[in-house]
Amino acid sequence: MTLISEQQLPSIVKRLAHQILETYPGLTNAVIIGLQPRGVYLSDRIVAALHNELPADQVQYGKLDITFYRDDVRRDLHLAKATDLPFSIEGKTVILIDDVLFTGRTIRAALDALLSFGRPSKVSLCVLVDRKPSRELPIQPDFTGKEMLDLTPYKVKVRWKENDGVDDVILLVD
Amino acid sequence: MALTTKHLLGIKDLQTEDIQLILSTATQFKEVLQRPVKKVPTLRDVTIVNLFYENSTRTRISFELAEKRLSADVVNFTVSNSSAAKGETLLDTVNNILSMKVDMVVMRHSASGAPHYLAKHIDAAIINAGDGINEHPTQALLDAFSMQEKLGKIAGLKVAIIGDIMHSRVALSNIYLLKKMGAEVMVSGPPTLIPTFLKEAMDIQIEYNIDKALAWCDVANVLRIQLERQNQPLFSSLREYNLAYGITMNRLNKLNKEILIMHPGPINRGVEMDSDVANSPHSIILDQVENGVAVRMACLYLLTGRTNPA
Repeated sequence: MTLISEQQLPSIVKRLAHQILETYPGLTNAVIIGLQPRGVYLSDRIVAALHNELPADQVQYGKLDITFYRDDVRRDLHLAKATDLPFSIEGKTVILIDDVLFTGRTIRAALDALLSFGRPSKVSLCVLVDRKPSRELPIQPDFTGKEMLDLTPYKVKVRWKENDGVDDVILLVD
Repeated sequence: MALTTKHLLGIKDLQTEDIQLILSTATQFKEVLQRPVKKVPTLRDVTIVNLFYENSTRTRISFELAEKRLSADVVNFTVSNSSAAKGETLLDTVNNILSMKVDMVVMRHSASGAPHYLAKHIDAAIINAGDGINEHPTQALLDAFSMQEKLGKIAGLKVAIIGDIMHSRVALSNIYLLKKMGAEVMVSGPPTLIPTFLKEAMDIQIEYNIDKALAWCDVANVLRIQLERQNQPLFSSLREYNLAYGITMNRLNKLNKEILIMHPGPINRGVEMDSDVANSPHSIILDQVENGVAVRMACLYLLTGRTNPA
Protein backbone atom coordinates (compact mmCIF):
# COMPACT_ATOMS: atom_id res chain seq x y z
CA MET A 1 0.00 0.00 0.00
CA THR A 2 1.31 3.45 -0.89
CA LEU A 3 1.43 6.06 1.88
CA ILE A 4 3.17 8.79 -0.13
CA SER A 5 3.20 8.60 -3.91
CA GLU A 6 5.95 9.53 -6.34
CA GLN A 7 3.92 12.66 -7.26
CA GLN A 8 3.52 13.76 -3.63
CA LEU A 9 7.09 13.23 -2.42
CA PRO A 10 8.78 16.21 -4.17
CA SER A 11 6.10 18.61 -2.84
CA ILE A 12 6.60 17.32 0.70
CA VAL A 13 10.40 17.70 0.45
CA LYS A 14 9.94 21.26 -0.83
CA ARG A 15 7.50 22.07 1.98
CA LEU A 16 9.88 20.71 4.63
CA ALA A 17 12.72 22.84 3.21
CA HIS A 18 10.51 25.92 3.27
CA GLN A 19 9.30 25.23 6.81
CA ILE A 20 12.91 24.91 7.95
CA LEU A 21 13.73 28.25 6.30
CA GLU A 22 10.63 29.87 7.76
CA THR A 23 11.73 28.87 11.28
CA TYR A 24 15.46 29.51 10.73
CA PRO A 25 15.66 32.36 8.17
CA GLY A 26 18.81 32.14 6.06
CA LEU A 27 19.86 29.17 8.21
CA THR A 28 21.78 31.68 10.33
CA ASN A 29 23.80 29.78 12.92
CA ALA A 30 22.01 26.58 11.92
CA VAL A 31 23.38 23.34 10.44
CA ILE A 32 21.70 20.39 8.72
CA ILE A 33 22.65 16.85 9.77
CA GLY A 34 21.24 13.76 8.03
CA LEU A 35 21.19 10.44 9.89
CA GLN A 36 22.92 7.46 8.30
CA PRO A 37 22.01 5.37 6.53
CA ARG A 38 18.51 6.18 5.23
CA GLY A 39 17.91 9.67 6.61
CA VAL A 40 20.67 10.88 4.30
CA TYR A 41 18.52 10.32 1.20
CA LEU A 42 15.95 12.76 2.59
CA SER A 43 18.55 15.25 3.82
CA ASP A 44 20.24 15.19 0.38
CA ARG A 45 16.88 16.21 -1.17
CA ILE A 46 16.14 18.86 1.42
CA VAL A 47 19.63 20.34 1.06
CA ALA A 48 19.17 20.41 -2.72
CA ALA A 49 15.89 22.31 -2.19
CA LEU A 50 17.62 24.72 0.22
CA HIS A 51 20.30 25.39 -2.39
CA ASN A 52 17.54 26.80 -4.61
CA GLU A 53 16.77 29.39 -1.93
CA LEU A 54 20.17 30.15 -0.40
CA PRO A 55 23.79 30.58 -1.54
CA ALA A 56 25.55 27.22 -1.19
CA ASP A 57 27.97 28.47 1.47
CA GLN A 58 25.07 29.29 3.82
CA VAL A 59 23.98 25.64 3.94
CA GLN A 60 26.22 23.68 6.30
CA TYR A 61 25.48 20.00 5.80
CA GLY A 62 26.85 16.92 7.56
CA LYS A 63 26.06 13.24 8.03
CA LEU A 64 25.95 11.37 11.31
CA ASP A 65 26.06 7.63 11.97
CA ILE A 66 24.61 6.55 15.31
CA THR A 67 25.48 2.82 15.26
CA PHE A 68 27.92 2.98 18.17
CA TYR A 69 25.31 4.75 20.34
CA ARG A 70 22.43 2.31 19.83
CA ASP A 71 20.73 0.71 22.84
CA ASP A 72 20.43 -2.66 21.09
CA VAL A 73 24.07 -3.29 20.16
CA ARG A 74 24.05 -6.60 21.99
CA ARG A 75 20.88 -7.88 20.31
CA ASP A 76 21.92 -7.43 16.74
CA LEU A 77 25.14 -6.43 15.01
CA HIS A 78 24.81 -3.23 13.03
CA LEU A 79 27.41 -1.98 10.61
CA ALA A 80 28.43 1.64 10.77
CA LYS A 81 28.41 4.07 7.86
CA ALA A 82 30.56 7.16 7.55
CA THR A 83 30.12 10.14 9.84
CA ASP A 84 31.11 13.40 8.21
CA LEU A 85 30.62 16.61 10.15
CA PRO A 86 32.97 19.14 8.50
CA PHE A 87 32.02 21.97 10.92
CA SER A 88 31.65 22.65 14.64
CA ILE A 89 28.18 22.31 16.16
CA GLU A 90 29.15 24.23 19.33
CA GLY A 91 26.46 26.82 20.07
CA LYS A 92 24.63 26.13 16.77
CA THR A 93 21.10 25.04 16.01
CA VAL A 94 21.24 21.50 14.68
CA ILE A 95 18.44 20.34 12.39
CA LEU A 96 18.46 16.53 12.45
CA ILE A 97 16.89 14.78 9.48
CA ASP A 98 15.68 11.16 9.35
CA ASP A 99 13.23 9.31 7.14
CA VAL A 100 10.89 7.59 9.63
CA LEU A 101 10.34 8.50 13.28
CA PHE A 102 9.13 5.30 14.90
CA THR A 103 10.06 4.34 18.49
CA GLY A 104 12.30 7.39 18.96
CA ARG A 105 15.29 5.24 19.92
CA THR A 106 17.38 6.26 16.91
CA ILE A 107 16.90 9.93 17.77
CA ARG A 108 17.83 9.25 21.39
CA ALA A 109 21.07 7.70 20.13
CA ALA A 110 21.59 10.61 17.73
CA LEU A 111 21.30 13.14 20.58
CA ASP A 112 23.90 11.14 22.48
CA ALA A 113 26.18 11.02 19.42
CA LEU A 114 25.82 14.75 18.78
CA LEU A 115 27.20 15.57 22.21
CA SER A 116 30.52 13.95 21.23
CA PHE A 117 30.97 16.83 18.80
CA GLY A 118 30.11 19.74 21.07
CA ARG A 119 27.17 21.42 22.76
CA PRO A 120 24.56 22.66 20.30
CA SER A 121 22.35 25.52 21.51
CA LYS A 122 19.29 23.77 20.12
CA VAL A 123 18.43 20.53 18.32
CA SER A 124 15.35 20.25 16.15
CA LEU A 125 14.04 17.27 14.23
CA CYS A 126 12.68 16.88 10.72
CA VAL A 127 11.20 13.57 9.49
CA LEU A 128 9.34 12.42 6.41
CA VAL A 129 7.05 9.99 8.21
CA ASP A 130 5.98 10.25 11.85
CA ARG A 131 4.60 7.01 13.31
CA LYS A 132 3.43 8.79 16.43
CA PRO A 133 1.41 6.03 18.15
CA SER A 134 4.49 3.75 18.22
CA ARG A 135 6.68 6.09 20.22
CA GLU A 136 8.59 4.53 23.13
CA LEU A 137 10.46 7.68 24.24
CA PRO A 138 9.36 11.31 24.76
CA ILE A 139 10.64 12.56 21.39
CA GLN A 140 8.60 14.58 18.87
CA PRO A 141 9.46 16.02 15.45
CA ASP A 142 9.45 19.77 14.68
CA PHE A 143 8.97 19.33 10.94
CA THR A 144 6.85 16.42 9.70
CA GLY A 145 6.22 15.23 6.15
CA LYS A 146 3.24 13.06 7.04
CA GLU A 147 1.87 11.85 10.34
CA MET A 148 0.53 8.29 10.48
CA LEU A 149 -2.09 6.52 12.53
CA ASP A 150 -1.26 3.28 14.30
CA LEU A 151 0.34 1.04 11.68
CA THR A 152 1.51 -1.82 13.92
CA PRO A 153 2.58 -4.47 13.05
CA TYR A 154 3.50 -3.20 9.59
CA LYS A 155 6.79 -1.70 8.42
CA VAL A 156 6.98 1.67 6.68
CA LYS A 157 9.50 1.66 3.86
CA VAL A 158 10.69 4.90 2.30
CA ARG A 159 12.08 4.19 -1.17
CA TRP A 160 14.49 6.50 -2.98
CA LYS A 161 15.45 6.54 -6.65
CA GLU A 162 19.18 6.47 -5.79
CA ASN A 163 18.83 3.22 -3.90
CA ASP A 164 15.47 1.59 -4.64
CA GLY A 165 14.73 2.85 -8.16
CA VAL A 166 11.57 4.74 -7.15
CA ASP A 167 10.59 7.68 -4.91
CA ASP A 168 7.70 6.79 -2.61
CA VAL A 169 6.65 5.54 0.80
CA ILE A 170 4.92 2.17 1.11
CA LEU A 171 3.53 -0.05 3.81
CA LEU A 172 5.21 -3.45 4.00
CA VAL A 173 3.33 -6.45 5.34
CA ASP A 174 5.88 -8.91 6.79
CA MET B 1 26.62 -9.31 7.98
CA ALA B 2 28.85 -10.44 10.81
CA LEU B 3 32.19 -12.13 11.33
CA THR B 4 32.25 -15.84 10.53
CA THR B 5 34.21 -16.56 13.69
CA LYS B 6 33.51 -16.27 17.41
CA HIS B 7 37.16 -15.71 18.35
CA LEU B 8 40.02 -13.86 16.70
CA LEU B 9 42.76 -16.45 17.05
CA GLY B 10 44.60 -15.90 13.80
CA ILE B 11 44.29 -14.49 10.29
CA LYS B 12 44.53 -18.10 9.11
CA ASP B 13 40.94 -18.73 10.29
CA LEU B 14 39.44 -15.57 8.77
CA GLN B 15 37.56 -15.30 5.49
CA THR B 16 38.45 -12.49 3.10
CA GLU B 17 35.04 -10.92 3.90
CA ASP B 18 35.89 -10.94 7.62
CA ILE B 19 39.08 -8.99 6.92
CA GLN B 20 37.22 -6.48 4.74
CA LEU B 21 34.53 -6.07 7.41
CA ILE B 22 37.12 -5.39 10.12
CA LEU B 23 38.98 -2.88 7.93
CA SER B 24 35.84 -0.98 6.91
CA THR B 25 34.57 -0.87 10.51
CA ALA B 26 38.00 0.40 11.59
CA THR B 27 37.61 3.32 9.16
CA GLN B 28 34.50 4.44 11.10
CA PHE B 29 36.29 4.06 14.44
CA LYS B 30 39.20 6.10 13.16
CA GLU B 31 36.74 8.96 12.58
CA VAL B 32 35.42 8.48 16.15
CA LEU B 33 38.99 8.96 17.41
CA GLN B 34 39.18 12.38 15.72
CA ARG B 35 36.14 13.71 17.61
CA PRO B 36 36.34 16.13 20.54
CA VAL B 37 34.89 13.29 22.68
CA LYS B 38 36.68 10.11 21.59
CA LYS B 39 34.57 7.72 23.59
CA VAL B 40 31.45 5.84 22.48
CA PRO B 41 29.09 3.93 24.81
CA THR B 42 28.98 0.81 22.58
CA LEU B 43 30.46 -1.79 24.97
CA ARG B 44 29.36 -0.29 28.27
CA ASP B 45 27.92 -3.63 29.40
CA VAL B 46 31.00 -5.67 28.48
CA THR B 47 33.91 -6.63 30.73
CA ILE B 48 37.23 -7.53 29.14
CA VAL B 49 40.33 -9.01 30.73
CA ASN B 50 43.72 -8.35 29.19
CA LEU B 51 45.78 -11.42 29.95
CA PHE B 52 49.42 -10.71 29.20
CA TYR B 53 51.78 -13.60 29.86
CA GLU B 54 54.50 -11.84 27.89
CA ASN B 55 55.87 -8.29 27.85
CA SER B 56 54.20 -5.68 25.69
CA THR B 57 54.00 -1.90 25.52
CA ARG B 58 52.18 -0.95 22.33
CA THR B 59 49.76 -3.84 22.05
CA ARG B 60 48.66 -3.74 25.69
CA ILE B 61 48.18 0.03 25.74
CA SER B 62 46.49 -0.07 22.35
CA PHE B 63 44.01 -2.76 23.45
CA GLU B 64 43.36 -1.01 26.73
CA LEU B 65 42.71 2.31 24.98
CA ALA B 66 40.47 0.61 22.41
CA GLU B 67 38.47 -1.04 25.21
CA LYS B 68 38.16 2.20 27.16
CA ARG B 69 37.16 4.23 24.08
CA LEU B 70 34.35 1.67 23.66
CA SER B 71 33.31 2.11 27.34
CA ALA B 72 34.08 -1.50 28.28
CA ASP B 73 35.16 -2.36 31.82
CA VAL B 74 38.79 -3.43 31.71
CA VAL B 75 40.81 -5.71 33.98
CA ASN B 76 44.53 -6.04 33.41
CA PHE B 77 46.54 -9.10 34.26
CA THR B 78 50.29 -9.38 33.91
CA VAL B 79 51.99 -12.61 34.78
CA SER B 80 54.78 -11.07 36.87
CA ASN B 81 52.44 -10.03 39.70
CA SER B 82 49.89 -12.84 39.49
CA SER B 83 49.30 -16.30 40.91
CA ALA B 84 50.64 -17.83 37.70
CA ALA B 85 53.99 -17.20 39.35
CA LYS B 86 52.77 -19.54 42.14
CA GLY B 87 52.18 -22.36 39.66
CA GLU B 88 48.49 -21.97 38.71
CA THR B 89 47.70 -23.40 35.27
CA LEU B 90 46.52 -21.20 32.40
CA LEU B 91 43.08 -22.83 32.34
CA ASP B 92 42.63 -22.45 36.11
CA THR B 93 43.64 -18.80 35.97
CA VAL B 94 41.22 -18.06 33.14
CA ASN B 95 38.31 -20.00 34.64
CA ASN B 96 38.78 -18.16 37.91
CA ILE B 97 38.71 -14.84 36.09
CA LEU B 98 35.68 -15.83 34.01
CA SER B 99 33.73 -16.90 37.12
CA MET B 100 33.84 -13.22 38.03
CA LYS B 101 31.69 -12.58 34.90
CA VAL B 102 34.13 -11.51 32.22
CA ASP B 103 32.86 -11.49 28.62
CA MET B 104 36.06 -11.35 26.61
CA VAL B 105 39.70 -12.31 26.92
CA VAL B 106 42.54 -10.52 25.12
CA MET B 107 45.54 -12.74 25.47
CA ARG B 108 49.25 -12.71 24.80
CA HIS B 109 51.31 -15.79 25.54
CA SER B 110 54.82 -17.00 24.74
CA ALA B 111 53.48 -20.44 23.81
CA SER B 112 52.20 -20.81 20.25
CA GLY B 113 48.61 -22.07 20.30
CA ALA B 114 47.83 -20.98 23.87
CA PRO B 115 44.70 -18.97 22.84
CA HIS B 116 43.55 -21.83 20.60
CA TYR B 117 43.79 -24.20 23.57
CA LEU B 118 41.82 -21.76 25.70
CA ALA B 119 39.15 -21.36 23.00
CA LYS B 120 38.40 -25.09 23.25
CA HIS B 121 37.71 -24.87 26.97
CA ILE B 122 35.93 -21.58 27.64
CA ASP B 123 32.87 -19.77 26.30
CA ALA B 124 34.13 -16.16 26.35
CA ALA B 125 35.34 -14.65 23.07
CA ILE B 126 39.13 -14.66 22.78
CA ILE B 127 41.35 -12.24 20.90
CA ASN B 128 44.90 -13.38 20.28
CA ALA B 129 47.27 -10.50 21.03
CA GLY B 130 50.27 -12.58 19.98
CA ASP B 131 51.05 -16.26 20.68
CA GLY B 132 54.69 -17.36 20.57
CA ILE B 133 55.95 -17.51 17.01
CA ASN B 134 52.51 -18.29 15.57
CA GLU B 135 50.23 -15.29 14.93
CA HIS B 136 49.56 -11.68 15.92
CA PRO B 137 46.33 -11.05 13.98
CA THR B 138 45.53 -7.50 15.11
CA GLN B 139 49.03 -6.37 14.08
CA ALA B 140 48.51 -7.74 10.57
CA LEU B 141 45.09 -6.05 10.41
CA LEU B 142 46.48 -2.67 11.44
CA ASP B 143 49.37 -3.09 8.99
CA ALA B 144 46.86 -3.77 6.21
CA PHE B 145 44.70 -0.84 7.31
CA SER B 146 47.74 1.48 7.22
CA MET B 147 48.83 0.25 3.77
CA GLN B 148 45.32 0.65 2.43
CA GLU B 149 45.05 4.13 3.92
CA LYS B 150 48.32 5.29 2.32
CA LEU B 151 48.17 3.46 -1.00
CA GLY B 152 44.43 3.06 -1.51
CA LYS B 153 44.46 -0.71 -1.91
CA ILE B 154 45.97 -3.99 -0.79
CA ALA B 155 45.29 -6.23 -3.80
CA GLY B 156 48.19 -6.10 -6.23
CA LEU B 157 50.63 -4.45 -3.82
CA LYS B 158 54.13 -5.85 -3.59
CA VAL B 159 55.02 -6.23 0.06
CA ALA B 160 58.45 -7.30 1.31
CA ILE B 161 58.65 -8.57 4.89
CA ILE B 162 62.23 -8.17 5.99
CA GLY B 163 64.25 -9.54 8.89
CA ASP B 164 63.69 -12.23 11.48
CA ILE B 165 60.94 -14.14 9.68
CA MET B 166 61.46 -17.38 11.59
CA HIS B 167 60.64 -16.00 15.04
CA SER B 168 58.01 -13.54 13.92
CA ARG B 169 54.29 -13.96 14.53
CA VAL B 170 53.85 -10.60 12.78
CA ALA B 171 55.37 -12.07 9.62
CA LEU B 172 53.10 -15.10 9.59
CA SER B 173 49.90 -13.11 10.23
CA ASN B 174 50.91 -10.59 7.58
CA ILE B 175 51.61 -13.31 5.03
CA TYR B 176 48.22 -14.94 5.64
CA LEU B 177 46.41 -11.63 5.39
CA LEU B 178 48.23 -10.26 2.35
CA LYS B 179 47.75 -13.50 0.41
CA LYS B 180 44.02 -13.56 1.25
CA MET B 181 43.68 -9.94 0.14
CA GLY B 182 45.50 -10.50 -3.15
CA ALA B 183 48.87 -8.85 -2.50
CA GLU B 184 52.22 -10.25 -3.64
CA VAL B 185 54.52 -11.20 -0.78
CA MET B 186 58.30 -11.59 -0.57
CA VAL B 187 60.31 -12.34 2.55
CA SER B 188 63.91 -11.22 2.85
CA GLY B 189 66.71 -11.52 5.37
CA PRO B 190 69.54 -13.87 6.30
CA PRO B 191 69.00 -17.53 5.26
CA THR B 192 69.31 -18.61 8.89
CA LEU B 193 66.21 -16.54 9.79
CA ILE B 194 63.95 -17.62 6.90
CA PRO B 195 62.31 -21.05 6.97
CA THR B 196 62.53 -22.28 3.34
CA PHE B 197 59.25 -24.21 3.56
CA LEU B 198 57.42 -20.85 3.54
CA LYS B 199 58.00 -20.52 -0.20
CA GLU B 200 55.88 -23.54 -1.04
CA ALA B 201 53.59 -23.59 1.98
CA MET B 202 52.53 -19.96 1.61
CA ASP B 203 53.20 -19.37 -2.09
CA ILE B 204 55.57 -16.45 -1.51
CA GLN B 205 58.98 -15.42 -2.82
CA ILE B 206 62.24 -15.58 -0.85
CA GLU B 207 65.03 -13.11 -1.62
CA TYR B 208 68.27 -13.14 0.37
CA ASN B 209 69.59 -9.94 -1.22
CA ILE B 210 68.07 -7.01 0.64
CA ASP B 211 68.72 -4.48 -2.15
CA LYS B 212 66.86 -6.67 -4.65
CA ALA B 213 63.96 -7.02 -2.24
CA LEU B 214 63.76 -3.25 -1.76
CA ALA B 215 63.93 -2.66 -5.52
CA TRP B 216 61.01 -5.08 -6.00
CA CYS B 217 58.58 -3.89 -3.36
CA ASP B 218 56.04 -1.07 -2.85
CA VAL B 219 56.01 -1.60 0.91
CA ALA B 220 58.82 -2.82 3.18
CA ASN B 221 57.59 -4.18 6.51
CA VAL B 222 60.74 -4.43 8.60
CA LEU B 223 60.78 -6.76 11.62
CA ARG B 224 62.72 -6.72 14.84
CA ILE B 225 65.51 -9.21 15.47
CA GLN B 226 63.98 -11.25 18.29
CA LEU B 227 67.07 -12.09 20.30
CA GLU B 228 64.91 -13.31 23.19
CA ARG B 229 63.58 -16.15 21.04
CA GLN B 230 66.96 -17.17 19.55
CA ASN B 231 68.72 -19.78 21.63
CA GLN B 232 71.64 -20.20 19.23
CA PRO B 233 73.71 -17.74 17.17
CA LEU B 234 71.96 -17.26 13.81
CA PHE B 235 74.11 -14.38 12.53
CA SER B 236 77.55 -13.15 13.53
CA SER B 237 76.83 -9.79 15.16
CA LEU B 238 74.23 -7.03 15.27
CA ARG B 239 76.71 -4.70 13.54
CA GLU B 240 77.18 -7.16 10.72
CA TYR B 241 73.42 -7.73 10.48
CA ASN B 242 72.98 -3.99 10.05
CA LEU B 243 75.61 -3.87 7.29
CA ALA B 244 74.11 -6.76 5.35
CA TYR B 245 70.35 -6.43 6.02
CA GLY B 246 69.67 -3.15 7.84
CA ILE B 247 67.42 -0.58 6.15
CA THR B 248 69.59 2.53 5.71
CA MET B 249 68.98 5.85 3.97
CA ASN B 250 71.79 4.89 1.63
CA ARG B 251 69.86 1.80 0.47
CA LEU B 252 66.62 3.77 0.04
CA ASN B 253 68.35 6.56 -1.90
CA LYS B 254 69.66 4.02 -4.42
CA LEU B 255 66.08 3.10 -5.38
CA ASN B 256 64.57 5.22 -8.11
CA LYS B 257 61.16 5.16 -6.39
CA GLU B 258 59.49 5.84 -3.06
CA ILE B 259 58.56 2.90 -0.92
CA LEU B 260 56.55 2.77 2.28
CA ILE B 261 58.53 1.76 5.37
CA MET B 262 56.69 -0.05 8.16
CA HIS B 263 57.79 -1.60 11.44
CA PRO B 264 55.59 -3.23 14.11
CA GLY B 265 57.87 -1.96 16.91
CA PRO B 266 59.77 -1.96 19.11
CA ILE B 267 62.55 -0.82 16.79
CA ASN B 268 66.15 -1.75 17.43
CA ARG B 269 67.53 1.46 15.94
CA GLY B 270 70.80 0.87 14.15
CA VAL B 271 70.15 -2.87 13.79
CA GLU B 272 67.27 -3.73 11.42
CA MET B 273 66.59 -0.06 10.67
CA ASP B 274 68.61 3.14 10.99
CA SER B 275 67.25 6.06 12.97
CA ASP B 276 67.06 8.42 9.99
CA VAL B 277 64.92 5.88 8.10
CA ALA B 278 62.53 5.42 11.04
CA ASN B 279 62.16 9.20 11.30
CA SER B 280 61.91 9.84 7.54
CA PRO B 281 58.74 10.71 5.58
CA HIS B 282 58.89 7.20 4.06
CA SER B 283 58.09 5.75 7.45
CA ILE B 284 54.48 5.26 8.58
CA ILE B 285 55.47 3.62 11.84
CA LEU B 286 53.55 6.06 14.06
CA ASP B 287 50.50 5.91 11.74
CA GLN B 288 50.54 2.16 12.35
CA VAL B 289 50.39 2.74 16.10
CA GLU B 290 47.58 5.28 15.74
CA ASN B 291 45.58 2.97 13.47
CA GLY B 292 46.09 0.10 15.92
CA VAL B 293 43.53 1.56 18.32
CA ALA B 294 40.85 1.94 15.61
CA VAL B 295 41.49 -1.56 14.25
CA ARG B 296 41.30 -3.12 17.72
CA MET B 297 38.07 -1.21 18.43
CA ALA B 298 36.66 -2.74 15.25
CA CYS B 299 37.71 -6.27 16.32
CA LEU B 300 36.24 -5.85 19.81
CA TYR B 301 33.01 -4.37 18.46
CA LEU B 302 32.50 -7.04 15.82
CA LEU B 303 33.29 -9.91 18.21
CA THR B 304 31.22 -8.69 21.16
CA GLY B 305 28.31 -7.93 18.85
CA ARG B 306 27.90 -11.69 18.66
CA THR B 307 28.09 -12.64 22.31
CA ASN B 308 24.33 -12.68 22.95
CA PRO B 309 22.51 -12.98 19.64
CA ALA B 310 18.77 -12.32 19.99
